[in-house]
Amino acid sequence: MDKPVNNRAWFLVLPVLVIVAFSAVIPLMTVVNYSVQDTFGNNQFFWNGLGWFQDVLESDRIRAALGRQLLFSAIILAIEIPLGIFIALNMPKRGFWASLVLVLMALPLLIPWNVVGTIWQVFGRVDIGLLGHTLAMLGIDYNYVNDPWDAWATIIVMDVWHWTSLVALLCYAGLQSIPDAYYQAARIDQASRWGVFRYIELPKMQGVLLIAVLLRFMDSFMIYTEPFVVTGGGPGNATTFLSIDLVKMAIGQFDLGPAAAFSLIYFLVILLISWVFYTVMTAQRDRT
Amino acid sequence: MTTTQASRGSAVVMTLYLLFLLVPIYWLVNMSLKTNAEITGTFSLYPLNPTLNNYRIILTDPSWYMGYVNSLIYVVMNTALSLAVALPAAYAFSRYRFLGDKHLFFWLLTNRMAPPAVFALPFFQLYSAVGLFDTHIAVALAHCLFNVPLAVWILEGFMSGVPREIDETAYIDGYSFPRFFTRIFMPLIASGIGVAAFFCFMFSWVELLLSRTLTSVNAKPIAATMTRTVSASGLDWGVLAAAGVLTILPGALVIWFVRNYIAKGFALGRV
Amino acid sequence: MAQITFDNLAHSYLPAPKADTDWALKPMSLTWRDGGAYALLGSSGCGKTTLLNIISGLLHPSQGRVLFGDRDVTDLPTAERNIAQVFQFPVVYDTMSVRENLAFPLKNRGLPSDQIAARVDAVARMIGMTDTLDRRARGLTADAKQKISLGRGMVRQDVNAILFDEPLTVIDPQMKWELRTQLKALHREFGHTMIYVTHDQTEALTFADEVVVMSEGRVVQAGTPQSLFDAPAHTFVGYFIGSPGMNLLDAQVQGATALVAGTAIPLGAPYAARHGRVQIGIRPDAVRPATEGLPFRLIRAEDVGHHRILRGEVAGAPFNLVIPEDEPIPASFDRVALDPARIGVFVDDWRIDPLERAA
Repeated sequence: MDKPVNNRAWFLVLPVLVIVAFSAVIPLMTVVNYSVQDTFGNNQFFWNGLGWFQDVLESDRIRAALGRQLLFSAIILAIEIPLGIFIALNMPKRGFWASLVLVLMALPLLIPWNVVGTIWQVFGRVDIGLLGHTLAMLGIDYNYVNDPWDAWATIIVMDVWHWTSLVALLCYAGLQSIPDAYYQAARIDQASRWGVFRYIELPKMQGVLLIAVLLRFMDSFMIYTEPFVVTGGGPGNATTFLSIDLVKMAIGQFDLGPAAAFSLIYFLVILLISWVFYTVMTAQRDRT
Repeated sequence: MTTTQASRGSAVVMTLYLLFLLVPIYWLVNMSLKTNAEITGTFSLYPLNPTLNNYRIILTDPSWYMGYVNSLIYVVMNTALSLAVALPAAYAFSRYRFLGDKHLFFWLLTNRMAPPAVFALPFFQLYSAVGLFDTHIAVALAHCLFNVPLAVWILEGFMSGVPREIDETAYIDGYSFPRFFTRIFMPLIASGIGVAAFFCFMFSWVELLLSRTLTSVNAKPIAATMTRTVSASGLDWGVLAAAGVLTILPGALVIWFVRNYIAKGFALGRV
Repeated sequence: MAQITFDNLAHSYLPAPKADTDWALKPMSLTWRDGGAYALLGSSGCGKTTLLNIISGLLHPSQGRVLFGDRDVTDLPTAERNIAQVFQFPVVYDTMSVRENLAFPLKNRGLPSDQIAARVDAVARMIGMTDTLDRRARGLTADAKQKISLGRGMVRQDVNAILFDEPLTVIDPQMKWELRTQLKALHREFGHTMIYVTHDQTEALTFADEVVVMSEGRVVQAGTPQSLFDAPAHTFVGYFIGSPGMNLLDAQVQGATALVAGTAIPLGAPYAARHGRVQIGIRPDAVRPATEGLPFRLIRAEDVGHHRILRGEVAGAPFNLVIPEDEPIPASFDRVALDPARIGVFVDDWRIDPLERAA
């Protein structure tokens, strides 16, 4: 497709630029500005060079949060991507059940994130929650408020509950675009179920899987509201992820300089990892 | 035959998965229909003395129900704003090459990757400085950060599916650009606009960090009203549950109406 | 390989078909010999794809049986029927190389690898892709992909039949001709039973030993290309086959004479009087300009290379003549002469035999 060159198209893009400049560029400049300055209060700032960046990179607390964040995203991707594919393969293809299943599956995606947190906060409570109560009755010592393992498990199950449907819906769309002839050909060639998945379904889902992996990585890496509501980052710092730590620093303690430096590093880490995912997965696709 | 076995297997998998999705929601609904005494006093799988009192409290108290109104106002504003700016831009990206187009497109998408936590404080300062703090438009603008890139991306996909000959024919027939765009082009990508609107609505509706940071009283979203009540009274589980159920309803309604387009929208390979 | 028999076969997509039009495939019985090349010809919606899907096992017929040799395969799933199919759009396994694509059906059947390698090499030579064997299938052109599909169909030596479902739809016109020639050659060389579904009469007539013409769910005629052309059993076949199709005129037939709009036309043989709508049909190449005979009004002449088509009207109905290039056309004429031996008589659209042959 050869599109004509037309620099006047910039006029069409202008409104987007103005809006995004207002909601992204100016705030980002503020962040950059803070990140290189220090203050003794009274709105007097002075140049601090890369001092804050150095502090952030050397901070054990932030390193620990980054470690937790990476572990969390890795676990989320490892669970939700295969599970989402598996669910998509089992979804009804057409008819009333297909639309009903679609609607029910999309439901968690449209619940405000703090309500998601509230649902699981309540659900997991030993005194009034079905999950906590049932586990207690089964003799399992479960308490997400005191036990770091239980807190992690709760947040991971919550995220799986919240987002697996997105992966499944994307994969489902990819599957729907496969013409029947492919399945028919596979039957004629006596391909096994695994063969159908490996050589027909998986290749056709590659595009949507790339989107799913990127979205799930980005959003799990930025997670804030849900764990904040359920555990508040605790017990101790066990579920203090990067965003929770950042908000604590920026709004709780008003440490503007370090928070700004932290923000920029955070953003860059996401960009970097997303870029790596994108490059690796598209390279894989071009190779195969 | 093996096909019936396989479809029975699928039915089992889907039933288990849907149970997993719905039981926590059911639990919230269950709680919302109980009195606080019943919630904390007895443990039952369904309300023994069903009451709508929790809902009555919310629907008669302006400090509660205005939260819904506020949320709906900024969500609708954001959806309209995002689509209004994204439509021409998506057209430009799908039809023309221009200086820096690829970089611009990529840069737009990177905004989708910006953690809201990063922007919370600067937004607060920026909007305070220009006098927009605690207004609906402030939240609507802030949510453009992630919704505009998304809308441009979705719409560009749909627009690229419309053959360029249609544009050329219209120009030859003497249509001006605005008239062509609104009369001919937009109806052609109506389902794309619907899908983009759905996602803008969804992401604006579920976001809390920014909307809470940028509001205090007048534009406070329902989700934030809820968190405040939890920390303040801490024990009013019934009202909390009822408020939660009411936040699920708009989303459920929206999905039901667009259910036939979601799969189609997904199928076009964009989010 | 086996002979294929359809025994009182019919299919309806409705659970309880009542009216005639409820049947996608009306009851039919046919036998196809082992190693033949058959074409299913008809416009879209005529039931040819339904019949193909019944043969491949994708559809279970509402009634009747399908036999491969002596074996009833009506209830067998696709995989057990041992057939191959080439689809309208190329179906290849994108992530595999051409070699892996060709080997896939054999590998799934657990053949030893040296046999697989030998077969793949042989098939690659047949379809002319020896040089590209190790390329990924993704990124090849549509006709290369279609050749791979074709190769996957040919790679198993023991298939009962190879089905082609309009396989040349996405191929460039020039490549079409080449692929069709190749198919024909492959058929001659290996003798697989081939079933070719198409709406293009040229493809059907040049490919098949026997063409089955279908219309509205009914098999209207099965025969060699020549017999379809010379003696169409139904006006639909006369109209559908040939370019332009057969000329059809309403007539009254008495003995060996047909009366068309008041003009008497001699027939090659006497016919019994019949009730219903009677028509006579004649191929455009069996008509010549004349000074006496049927009144004809010329509308326009088309030169299509090796012959010319004269389009006009007889008694208000369209009527065409085909004249070879070297034959002169009178400057003006208003009558046409029909070759009596090549006139067919149709009653309610079905061809009837003349008296002495019917007896």
